[in-house]
Amino acid sequence: MSAIKLKNIVKRYGDGFPAVNDVSIDIADGEFVILVGPSGCGKSTLLRMIVGLEDITDGELSIGEKVVNDLPPRERNLAMVFQNYALYPHLSVYENIAFPLRLAKAPDDEVDTKVREASATLELDEHLERKPGNLSGGQRQRVAMGRAIVREADAFLFDEPLSNLDAKLRGQMRTEIARLQKKLGITTVYVTHDQTEAMTLGDRVAVLKKGVLQQLATPRELYENPGNLFVAGFIGSPPMNFLPAEVEGTQLKLPFGTVEIGEEKAAKGRDKGLLIAGIRPEHFEDASLSDKASDGSTFSAPVDFVEWLGHETYAYVPFEAPAEVKERLAELEKDLDGEGLRTQLVVSLDGATTIKQGEDAKLWVDASKIHLFDPSSGENLTVDAEHAGEIHGRAMAEAAALPD
Amino acid sequence: MKRKIGLVVGVALVLVWCLLPVAWILALSFKSQAAVSNGSDPGFLPLDSFAGWSNYADVWADEQFRRAILNSIGISLISTLLSVIIATLAAYAIARLEFRGKKAVLSVALAIAMFPVVSLVSPLFDLWRTIGLYDTWPGLILPYMSFTLPLAIWTLTAFFREIPWEMEQAAQVDGATSWQAFRKVIVPLAAPGVFTAAILTFFFAWNDFVFGITLTSTEAARPIPAALSFFVGPDPFQRPASLLAAAAVIATIPIVLIVLVFQRKIVAGLTSGAVKG
Amino acid sequence: MSATTTASTAGTRAPRAETERARNENRLGRRLVAPAVIVMLLVTAFPILRALWLSFYSYSLTAPDDREFIGLSNYVTALTDSLFWRDIGVTVVYMLVTVAFELVIGFAFALVMHRVVFARGLIRTSILIPYGIITVVSGFAWQFAFTYQNGFVNSWLPFVPTDFNWFGDTLPAMIAIMVSEIWKTTPFMSLLLLAGLAQVSDDMVEAAKVDGATWWQRMYKVILPNMRAAIMVAVLFRALDAYRIFDNIFVMTAGAEGTESISFLTYRQSIEQFQLGMGSALAVLLFLSVLLVAFVIVKLFRVDLAQARGEG
Repeated sequence: MSAIKLKNIVKRYGDGFPAVNDVSIDIADGEFVILVGPSGCGKSTLLRMIVGLEDITDGELSIGEKVVNDLPPRERNLAMVFQNYALYPHLSVYENIAFPLRLAKAPDDEVDTKVREASATLELDEHLERKPGNLSGGQRQRVAMGRAIVREADAFLFDEPLSNLDAKLRGQMRTEIARLQKKLGITTVYVTHDQTEAMTLGDRVAVLKKGVLQQLATPRELYENPGNLFVAGFIGSPPMNFLPAEVEGTQLKLPFGTVEIGEEKAAKGRDKGLLIAGIRPEHFEDASLSDKASDGSTFSAPVDFVEWLGHETYAYVPFEAPAEVKERLAELEKDLDGEGLRTQLVVSLDGATTIKQGEDAKLWVDASKIHLFDPSSGENLTVDAEHAGEIHGRAMAEAAALPD
Repeated sequence: MKRKIGLVVGVALVLVWCLLPVAWILALSFKSQAAVSNGSDPGFLPLDSFAGWSNYADVWADEQFRRAILNSIGISLISTLLSVIIATLAAYAIARLEFRGKKAVLSVALAIAMFPVVSLVSPLFDLWRTIGLYDTWPGLILPYMSFTLPLAIWTLTAFFREIPWEMEQAAQVDGATSWQAFRKVIVPLAAPGVFTAAILTFFFAWNDFVFGITLTSTEAARPIPAALSFFVGPDPFQRPASLLAAAAVIATIPIVLIVLVFQRKIVAGLTSGAVKG
Repeated sequence: MSATTTASTAGTRAPRAETERARNENRLGRRLVAPAVIVMLLVTAFPILRALWLSFYSYSLTAPDDREFIGLSNYVTALTDSLFWRDIGVTVVYMLVTVAFELVIGFAFALVMHRVVFARGLIRTSILIPYGIITVVSGFAWQFAFTYQNGFVNSWLPFVPTDFNWFGDTLPAMIAIMVSEIWKTTPFMSLLLLAGLAQVSDDMVEAAKVDGATWWQRMYKVILPNMRAAIMVAVLFRALDAYRIFDNIFVMTAGAEGTESISFLTYRQSIEQFQLGMGSALAVLLFLSVLLVAFVIVKLFRVDLAQARGEG
């Protein structure tokens, strides 16, 4: 078991395009780190560089104390679970799990002990003699994990291991992976594009965008203190709402009304012209159901659509944004792999609400949870730097903006 | 219902079209030689002129014919083996590795597949006589290899491409060297493809006629198709038809058996290779 | 931060590692394809170059010592001889007719195979049998079938006298040859077309059905356009194959009655008459004419050569 150190890692392909650009991450021994981002953000490339399937163009990668840049995969002693599991179809489950041991020329009784141990952990005992082709998706997934754990590798690497499973199985396997990792206490790097997996699994999460590390922090820090618009938009479901806003005195002017935000926050956004306010859906409430709905932050808005989910209700409120903000948000949507269909506010209300679509609703917003973003740089002006982990995207964006 | 009848008729037509000449040559091989040469039994089936196995016995007694079968089997098997080994290496490189000149290799293969074999006849005839390959097994094996390689490379490349990349990478991460990954993971998975390529290559070599008649002169290397065409006499209109038919049936049996047993693989190979052998 | 310094120190090492791997891969790739390329070129490129050289000589195996450089005379002789042009014409007729029939019959077969739910294995095996049978054997089978002494064709066909001699005149003899050729090679065509048919998604055909397309409309507007690449590759390969027709002619008529193809002429000159100089010139002309035919087909039908090469 070992720490993994990524130092200014760069991956440039033949055309000069940097798929991974100057990424530095220190992964502690036994830590579970998630690499997350939309497709094409370089997270899989980064993982494949760690395991040795891709060359490192620039930078330094060390596992334990050893620099491994030039070592072939087999000498790095890492175990990897592939997206399609990469089980060997001509071998039985038993031989699939035993494969790394056989390559290492382990004696038969040792192989047997380890395979049986792994299969007991993963509840694969009754499938050992079957071929992978006859297994269900979840079973295949477990075989792939079995092949990884018999190795006593220095670290586990997962490349979107759950993306081929259906939603229910995905949830179960997610818990299973987390439990296994805690039990074995092994350093783990896990790639996913699913922010739920990122939030639930990782000790720390690295958010990547176009090959650049944006923020590296605990899930909670990411959620509460996103370093920039991209991270804010990526983490959380339904995503954070972005509204055009302007600070006047200690008040924030939003499309639906004005909200008192206090001097400390207002000072950070004052005299900066048009800003983008980020408010998570759950920081709204039906004013009639809230006992805190007194302090001047209620407003009335037309609800055009309501989704009732039982324990909560989503209400959709369309709004018009100035072209500048609209453009910025469309760009952000593109970065997030989404489709910027319309500018609308999504609010998550208590399930007991009686708000109906087509009517005006009185809503309350928790002003203390509002973030203010600079529309041009995307930077979070109100971030609590103490509780935001490492924010990298900013430095990079500034560096990129500098003329050469 | 109308559609179903159409389909049944279609199936029947396919079967008749494909099998009629086969049935015909079978029928012919059982007619007596006398009846065939004086045309006394012109019908499809050997009714008045049934000759039993006598034609087969006569053909089998012919020393030259037996040599031809031996030549064909030997030459076809050796060319198949060599061709498939060389093609496996090339196909693996084409499917898996990035190297300059890959397109050129595929273009050469395509060009060879389109090459007019007959235009090689005179230079090879001359060349083989000069260097002593004329009328020898290697003299046929070499051209067979070069003309079966494109098909074998295509078929195998298609198979290699279907093996997920991750299979090999997983093996490497599991601690395998490139060679171990190739031998323990890729080769077992590609075995069906290798086998298919082998069958198609064998077909080509077994079927070849041009090289067979031009690059051989005696039974030292003459394969079956050439032997059949030289069976008796120069006059194509006075051939001992029923004897020839029996010889043809014998020469065809191995191929038909292969077709029967491996039809699935052959179809897969032909369509992935997208070229005729 | 010292990002720039670390980047530059690491930079000298890491890029070398990448090109090293790329170079290794490049070298390995070339090494693996080398034997195949060498064998393929050994038996084609070298002989054809030698043929080119020989074609400028008057060179006969019956008098090998009288070899004499005569420049383009062999070519002039060939290109001014009406026999050469006649054989080219005959060859083109073989090619056009057989490919046209095979395309139609092959497509019909492919449709039957695609639709049929019963006896799939039987049909597939039957369709492969002509492919497996030696061309010489199928040539014999059809030749005997067409002869008036023993054949069944005359008695089965209406309006054909039972003593009609198919091999007594050019046209009927060519028909017999083409029947044999079509019988032997249609399976190949139909398998390629079947593979093309299988690539057309059922969803698309069903969508067309829902949109109200008739059977013919589905065929012309949905299925055929989507199989275009497969059809073109099949036509290209079969046309070039048919242009090189030799075995059937050799067996069925030995080139008599004007059924000789350009391949057969080349063969006859060099092997039967030992005129290696003239034979080589014809070989070069044959090679060039195949290139021309390939070029015309590729341009005319815009065949996707990447697909023909088996890329992708």
